[in-house]
Amino acid sequence: MIAASLPVQRSPFSRLLVVDAHGCIAHRARTHVVDVLRAGDLVVANDAATLPASLHGIHRPSGAEIEVRLAGRASLAPDDVHRFTAVVFGAGDFRARTEDRPLPPPLAPGDRLALGPLPATIEALVDHPRLVSLRFDGTAAEIWDGLARHGRPIQYSHVPTALALWDVWTPIAGVPAAFEAPSAGFVLNWEMVRAMHARGIAFVTLTHAAGISSTGDTDLDRRLPFDEPYRIPKATAAAIRRTKTARGRIVAVGTTVVRALEDAAGDDGIVRAGDGVATQRIGPASRLRVVDAILSGTHEPGSSHYELLRAFMHDATLRRAGVELEAYGYRTHEFGDSVFIEKRAQRHVVATRSQAYSCRNHPATATQAGLRKSGDLCARELWSSLRSPALPS
Amino acid sequence: MELHGLRIAVTGGTSGLGLALVRELLGRGAHVAFVARTHDDVERVAREHPGAHGIVGDVSKKDDIYPIALQIAGRLGGLDVLVNNASSLGPTPLALLADTDCEDLEVALATNLLGPFRLTKALLGALAASAREGRGAVVLNVSSDAAINPYPTWGAYGASKAALHHMTRIWNEELGTEGIRFLSLDPGDMDTPLHAVAVPDADPATLKLPAASAREFADAIAAALPAHAALSEHQGART
Repeated sequence: MIAASLPVQRSPFSRLLVVDAHGCIAHRARTHVVDVLRAGDLVVANDAATLPASLHGIHRPSGAEIEVRLAGRASLAPDDVHRFTAVVFGAGDFRARTEDRPLPPPLAPGDRLALGPLPATIEALVDHPRLVSLRFDGTAAEIWDGLARHGRPIQYSHVPTALALWDVWTPIAGVPAAFEAPSAGFVLNWEMVRAMHARGIAFVTLTHAAGISSTGDTDLDRRLPFDEPYRIPKATAAAIRRTKTARGRIVAVGTTVVRALEDAAGDDGIVRAGDGVATQRIGPASRLRVVDAILSGTHEPGSSHYELLRAFMHDATLRRAGVELEAYGYRTHEFGDSVFIEKRAQRHVVATRSQAYSCRNHPATATQAGLRKSGDLCARELWSSLRSPALPS
Repeated sequence: MELHGLRIAVTGGTSGLGLALVRELLGRGAHVAFVARTHDDVERVAREHPGAHGIVGDVSKKDDIYPIALQIAGRLGGLDVLVNNASSLGPTPLALLADTDCEDLEVALATNLLGPFRLTKALLGALAASAREGRGAVVLNVSSDAAINPYPTWGAYGASKAALHHMTRIWNEELGTEGIRFLSLDPGDMDTPLHAVAVPDADPATLKLPAASAREFADAIAAALPAHAALSEHQGART
């Protein structure tokens, strides 16, 4: 896919690839995303604002220039800003590809760092020479002030201009907790929220400390996502219960929402309000207890985000979606286009519809360009999925 | 009326009405963050008011808005009430509009209109989240009778405050469905540094005390919030 290189959250030309529960694929203008929702749905978004988590400075023992990217924190408590997990880079900045960045000097516990107005100490290496636990000096007030003055949003070379906080805060951003933008939420604006209300679609939020998406190091990237704290308001947990009872769909805006909700759900599938830390990895073997559909950016196979999508849909369908994304010139990364993927229909649901099910008649995919091709492919895949022994029951 | 546990931010919080509001709100049990331009003033007020969160920033500067919003939402862990109080008179001594430099009008608009607009927009997500959680959300924009009446020599101030007043009414229409209330309130002629610059020969005895206006504003905030808002502090606790 093409990398979206302009920091525009809501381009009028953004696209939306829709994959319904039966594997039918359609293309839509993303500005019409509300049209793929229906009355009774509950949309859950991540309202975390993005921290200026990239801090340039000096590694005191060597005098070397470094960039520290904050990547983890134990809780969302306002005063809990002294200790962070962080990835350390050598000299340079986002203009170089992450994987081409020079390594930092050898790091050791006790090393002092001068990060602009923020002095810090490396407390420990976390099983990797570039992953550290660091502790800032000073009061919580001084640390917030230092982050506000010195920190920059974490960014990557596919966006060549320096980002400001307003580029990476979604319109619904509230408590600063995310290390990188929960960018699926770039889709949203207040008009859209209003349109949801008008159509009987409820909108709620949770706060999840979305972590970094890439470190430029294969070993470290394999460990992503790191543990991420989240907070689920009572009103959100209650809305999920109501929606589940009324058989509405829970639509997650972004992978972070899936991760928080599935972590907060007990074996009974009931989401509890309160604070938690998401430690699980969601992939093809995961059973989704809460979320019925995801609105997300476009993701490349191999990334942890793509693995999470595999919990929703068969690999064959995702591969076919990937082909469509390429064929239709979708853009990827945080400012790119989006996908809407329903959780695959379970065997008994599919069976009642039989092989006569047609994407042509499905409201989510009808009347769209490219329909005939998608519809034909859908029917074939439906057959194979009916015969597949791997389907969950 | 108590405001126990509510998270409230006040701009222009180191003098005049803003400082009186910081005191009044702290006295009612609120968690208060205040914003002002001068580092030393912020330090002093924070030192004199333990528990208040001082933030250095200039709401008239575009580049300061997100760092301010980051610290407000970060240090309070969310936001229930925003008071856009920081104001600029425009040219001082006050001048006829015909004698007002464009640059002075721009400063008044940047402080009194664009600043509150930008800061409100940056904090709207936090405010809406509070409203959804049943705590309510209020934006109080400090207005003036100069926003309504055409007083000669108050052109830059009056025009910018009139625009803020009208913007407040539109915000209120548009975001009522999200549960965010917008208030535009006139505190009256008070004995404040701003008034002293505007009307140097005014007799302080004829002016309202800022503390009196602060009490009225705190009452108005409490009245605009849901009755149980102050009780729901432990929203985040796992149940």
